[in-house]
Amino acid sequence: MASNVASIGGRAYPITDHTFDVVIVGAGGAGLMAALQLPKDTSVAVISKVYPTRSHTGAAQGGVAAALGNQEEDHWKWHMFDTVKGGDYLVDQDAAEVLAREAIEAVYDLEHWGLPFNRTPDGKIDQRRFGGHTRNFGEGPVRRSCYAADRTGHMILQTMFQTAVKNQIRFFNEFLCTDLLVQENRAAGVVAYSIRDGEVHTFSAKAVIFATGGYGRAWRVTSNAMACTGDGMAIAYRRGVPLEDMEFYQFHPTGIYRVGVLLSEAARGEGAYLLNNTGERFMMRYTPTLNELAPRDIVSRSIVTEIREGRGILQTKRDGDDYVYLDVRHLGEAKIREKLPDITDFARNYLRVEPITEPVPIQPTAHYAMGGIPTDVEGRVVIDEHNTPLIGFYAAGEAACVSVHGANRLGTNSLVDLIVFGRRAGKHIARQLQANELDFAELPADAEDHTRAMISRLRAGTGETQDAIREDMRDVMMDLCGVMRTQAGLSQCKEKVAELQDRYSKVRIMDASTNFNTEMMEVIELGYVLDCAEATVAGALAREESRGGHFREDFPTRDDKRFLQHTLAYRADDGGVSELRYKPVVITEFQPKERKY
Amino acid sequence: MATATKPVSQARTSRTVTVQVRVKRFQPDSGKGAYWQEFTVEADPLDRFVDVLNRIKWTQDGTLTYRRSCLHGVCGSDAMRLNGRNRLACKQLVADLGTKITAEPMLGFPVVRDLVVDMDPFFSKYEKIKPFLINDEPVPSSERLQSPEQHARFEEGTKCILCGCCTGSCPSVWANREWVGPASIVNAHRFIFDSRDRAAQDRLQILSDRTGVWRCRTIFNCSEVCPRGIPVTQLIEEVKRALVQDGPDVG
Repeated sequence: MASNVASIGGRAYPITDHTFDVVIVGAGGAGLMAALQLPKDTSVAVISKVYPTRSHTGAAQGGVAAALGNQEEDHWKWHMFDTVKGGDYLVDQDAAEVLAREAIEAVYDLEHWGLPFNRTPDGKIDQRRFGGHTRNFGEGPVRRSCYAADRTGHMILQTMFQTAVKNQIRFFNEFLCTDLLVQENRAAGVVAYSIRDGEVHTFSAKAVIFATGGYGRAWRVTSNAMACTGDGMAIAYRRGVPLEDMEFYQFHPTGIYRVGVLLSEAARGEGAYLLNNTGERFMMRYTPTLNELAPRDIVSRSIVTEIREGRGILQTKRDGDDYVYLDVRHLGEAKIREKLPDITDFARNYLRVEPITEPVPIQPTAHYAMGGIPTDVEGRVVIDEHNTPLIGFYAAGEAACVSVHGANRLGTNSLVDLIVFGRRAGKHIARQLQANELDFAELPADAEDHTRAMISRLRAGTGETQDAIREDMRDVMMDLCGVMRTQAGLSQCKEKVAELQDRYSKVRIMDASTNFNTEMMEVIELGYVLDCAEATVAGALAREESRGGHFREDFPTRDDKRFLQHTLAYRADDGGVSELRYKPVVITEFQPKERKY
Repeated sequence: MATATKPVSQARTSRTVTVQVRVKRFQPDSGKGAYWQEFTVEADPLDRFVDVLNRIKWTQDGTLTYRRSCLHGVCGSDAMRLNGRNRLACKQLVADLGTKITAEPMLGFPVVRDLVVDMDPFFSKYEKIKPFLINDEPVPSSERLQSPEQHARFEEGTKCILCGCCTGSCPSVWANREWVGPASIVNAHRFIFDSRDRAAQDRLQILSDRTGVWRCRTIFNCSEVCPRGIPVTQLIEEVKRALVQDGPDVG
């Protein structure tokens, strides 16, 4: 990292006040993609709490969808339709159009930067099938997913980081963002805590982008990295920005039992079965045409139904503790070795199960936030149902809600979201800077006060340490705000989360050091993820319908009359959700229909 | 059709073992040097070592310091020396490591605190070999073409997650911290052998100086510890061969 120390009279002083044209928080796919759009004469800082290559984008396996048509006929409009239908019609269709159209250019950009895509025999980018992606508006599967073996996310992250090194982008690594500075209704910068030395830094900027990822750590079983604690969402929420559609959280059907690590949808793409305790392929009862390849929300719900009805392998009837089998044995050793190496490795390594001869225990795992910080199609954060922008503030990737995923995201569309809307946000800022539409706002004199007060409060805490608060949160969210929800369960969950917030306000930290204090980092992160959980539960309780990833046992059908709209959850100044507002869904081409597969 | 085999959870819950973890600790602001501390913790044989570290940190000693993130071997944060070998703490299970486990920071890096090392010098060396595609020719409106065979030529190196396990296990790195080390060469190989790249000669020149490939003594530690299974030594040898032959064969 470049020097953060000034030498005055031979003594070193840390520089803690910074000024950049653009500050990007988060160095995953969305943040780096945005950074790479900015012209050379723009000063850019990327703040990341991990080294950029550790970002969770790197965990994505399957691919990135784009209607290149390299293998068979395909059109962006088919991709748009699949996205809208997959999202159970809660998708904003203007955004889905942008997603599907611009995916194509964005994938070519990545290739031009060197991304090592798998290739067709004639040298083009190879493409394969993935759940929910179809030709001609649902007629049958289409090869749309561009991929680099089973590590597409890793290659996107590496390629963008390499290009960022080439463009000499300035990184502030191991800096935890703690605050968004807002002055006169515009973003003025951010505050961040340097994990390495405990210093508080202020960044003044003309534009701020939050590309901070999701918050899967709110649930006990999750595919998400420990860094996925909803930092940007919570910081925005604390500064009065609402969170949109937080009740729509995707559970991926095939997480490794208890560990939550993902076994890619590619397994079912290749023909894997899902089996209950009698050895039955139960998906044939739920979605008789697509069977195991139905969209993720439907498969996860079917697994939970099997478990609750006593057909889990352990027959506990408790979906958090039980599992079913993913079975690839009939595919044969050669195909398993060739096509599913990741699954084989993960099952062997974490379960000591041999997939060639044994079925693999799996359970639904908390995976992806469809909701997040509300933005328009340019990546600008909007703060109400009239789409009023907060000038200079942008969000992209899983942290944002455009909304292209609606109530349920299709496989491979997460990487598409990152590259398309990271790119859009970066390009929009570049245009605005060029036209002098963005400028520095004067920082408040007390810019760091909020962060310093938070740190002092945490250092002075006299209550319990973080462990039980975090574990209790993960349990209640898994049990009461998971794949299936009820009014009674959600009400109880809301109360529990409020109790946890109260316990958190007294939390105690064992580590008094300012040097690489990861306990401080974890406790600040726990505060973020609790806020995200709070908004999730409030939205889920109010949404008395079932749509995509949000399923209410007491309201099992979709209710377009009342709920064909986005939730906006606002935070009260003293904590807790103060109000839920709703904004209409943008419908351009595809009228809502029953979602059948 | 499948029959229900032995429930995995029984293996997980009925065989809890007591594990002694010896950690090499160092806090720069404490004024004392590095020291060993032993923790005793109950663990399931199928727990990852990072789960064990988390349990110690969360229930016994919040000051225990290490990096971690993805928990399944793809982000490269938790590289450390376990029982004398560089490993990712999230890829090793208690069952692999036994009931007496020694954890140290990787050798060859400055220690920041406990198991955390300073990765900045590592990334500076990585940057030195120009780890990005260089090709100033105008780009086509779609993708550049590359055959599957040309792609295969450099694919192994693309698996690298920059965890540092190889570099931290290399005696040539321990002896000379100026040396670029195996991870940088793997990433140079990734571009040198990419048919789309035009700067192979630049990188070869960088790697031919006294801190370049020739300091590799073919010890193979790097290949043995790579958590991604990259044949690191082989890739280094290919770079050496390209230097001798005045350029890479990109297929």
